[in-house]
Amino acid sequence: MSPAWDEARAQDILRRHSGRKGALLPILHDIQAEFGCVPAPAIPVIAHTLNLTRAEVHGVVSFYHDFREKPAGRHVLKLCRAEACQSMNGEAFAQQVLERFDLDWGGTTPDGRLTIEPIYCLGLCASSPSAMLDGQPMARLDQDSLDEIAREVG
Amino acid sequence: MTTKIFVPCDAAARAVGADKVAAALVSEAKRLGRAVEIVRTGSRGLFWLEPMIEVQTPAGRIAFGPVKAKDVTDLLTSDFSAGHRLHLGRPEELPFLKRQTRINFARCGIIDPLSLAGYRAHGGGRGIERARSLGAAGTVEEVTKSGLRGRGGAGFPTGIKWKTVADTAADQKYIVCNADEGDSGTFADRMIMEGDPFLLIEGMAIAGFAVGATKGYVYIRSEYPDAIRTMERAVVLAEADGMLGPEAGFDIEIREGAGAYVCGEETSLLESLEGKRGQVRAKPPLPAHKGLFGKPTVINNVLSLVTVPAVLADGAKHYADLGMGRSRGTMPIQLAGNIKHGGLFEAPFGMTLGELVDDIGGGTHSGRPVRAVQVGGPLGAYFPRGLFDTPFDYEAFAARDGLIGHAGVVVFDDTVDMARQARFAMEFCAIESCGKCTPCRIGSTRGMETIDKIIRGERTEANLAIVTDLCQTMKFGSLCALGGFTPYPVLSAIKHFPEDFNRPRLAAAAE
Repeated sequence: MSPAWDEARAQDILRRHSGRKGALLPILHDIQAEFGCVPAPAIPVIAHTLNLTRAEVHGVVSFYHDFREKPAGRHVLKLCRAEACQSMNGEAFAQQVLERFDLDWGGTTPDGRLTIEPIYCLGLCASSPSAMLDGQPMARLDQDSLDEIAREVG
Repeated sequence: MTTKIFVPCDAAARAVGADKVAAALVSEAKRLGRAVEIVRTGSRGLFWLEPMIEVQTPAGRIAFGPVKAKDVTDLLTSDFSAGHRLHLGRPEELPFLKRQTRINFARCGIIDPLSLAGYRAHGGGRGIERARSLGAAGTVEEVTKSGLRGRGGAGFPTGIKWKTVADTAADQKYIVCNADEGDSGTFADRMIMEGDPFLLIEGMAIAGFAVGATKGYVYIRSEYPDAIRTMERAVVLAEADGMLGPEAGFDIEIREGAGAYVCGEETSLLESLEGKRGQVRAKPPLPAHKGLFGKPTVINNVLSLVTVPAVLADGAKHYADLGMGRSRGTMPIQLAGNIKHGGLFEAPFGMTLGELVDDIGGGTHSGRPVRAVQVGGPLGAYFPRGLFDTPFDYEAFAARDGLIGHAGVVVFDDTVDMARQARFAMEFCAIESCGKCTPCRIGSTRGMETIDKIIRGERTEANLAIVTDLCQTMKFGSLCALGGFTPYPVLSAIKHFPEDFNRPRLAAAAE
């Protein structure tokens, strides 16, 4: 579980980036690594430190696919939906995975153990279909991989 | 005697079990009382053979693959015999590698990526030495003479870009490396960052020296955590060595993207580096005049920058002698998708698409006929077999309404539905549009809806006319290549595969 919002921790992160030019993205990555998302109360704190408006910070958070406003499940599976994986029936495989966990794209299981998200290319395009489970690459996905994913997420 | 075994740590090798193979080699060797030394390398780029391991022998390195963890005991007890079913022989003799001309990827898959000693023992560092001996202006001149063109896709001459920055007076200039390799079917940037990171550092240091920039940024997409980790470690090692830092007069910072395809567009990338939404800037001003933080900036693709050390070390002529027409040197072509022998194939410009797909790639992985090939990522055209005589060259592809882009080649077999591929091109543009200009922001969504109507068989002719007209608007009215080039896959699909836009869809109807 990610820790609950803690302004002192957020201030520590901000201090680590002080003096760095254009530091908003690195800050948001670190905030998300700490809290599992960019929590709403983080926005005014970051805005104040960087001398930006809250709207500017919110605009950046909402622009990029990576930043979450709520934490994801304990495991995150990103399935590639780009062309190279399409050419190897990646879409059919993805549908099987979604059905197995009874999820739609972007959804999290009710017990909070797994979130499945689309991703557009992991650079594993000669070994399609591919995915990333908790930051670890997986490729040449087949029925065995589906079982492996199920085992990993418990 | 200790046996040296090379196991790739490239993400694509790890994705199919390379870490498990490395761990099994250590534990099984211990159990069997064999002394082994495991060296993790980048990948040679023969992905259908990954994990491909190599064993040091008096006759050179001998490859085995694809190796699974369960094969390890057998390999060890047979002493990696030539009779083993996974024995591949000397990697250099494998036709896929033998037919290549590796300039950018000369060391990739051979050395430990984080060994500076290994980098130098294999010729690394000669480029920056020669640059210093030529001086800044001489270095720019050499890069210009090499004919090197931007490998990100636009193909703009690198030397001219550098000269513009060199000639612009400023208190601070920047080198920005675009490592936001988002095109499906491409992985060359990822491989080189994971397999030979000091090469990119050397290329950026040469660029900094040539134009008078003291600071560089590498903007790497977040989908590449392995590349980010390797580059960060390499920068620390290069600083400790003096290759970077005050003595060298050049520093590099690694920055992570956040999942926006459009940030591969150079001005959008600069916005993102400045901590803003990745929205495209109107040009002019050019980044070379007013780029990052308003300062003159060289922004180059990874592959452009990693070409520079070789251009300097071996001379512009050596590089420019390769290639065809105005496309000089080599291109690391990435064979991907439904292909039998997928991987990294670096060759001089000029091979035909057919040679690449059929001879080198061996046709489809599924064994079915090749129907369509998309070259240049999601914004590249779909080519039918009828265009397989097109040579790999910027101008030759442009003459046939295509582009080589970042040289990704994605193969599809005859089960592909080209109307759905055209729809996906619009959908992808809608998902990734930065929203700044209307043709891209709205056009992509309207295009997707209209292609849906065509797929449903509603007023096919009229809707095809609307899509074609919309594509013209997007092509000429968008600020950047995202909206401007999305028409390439759409129009090429309509032009070369018209039968897919006018037929009942049994499978869809049955759903």
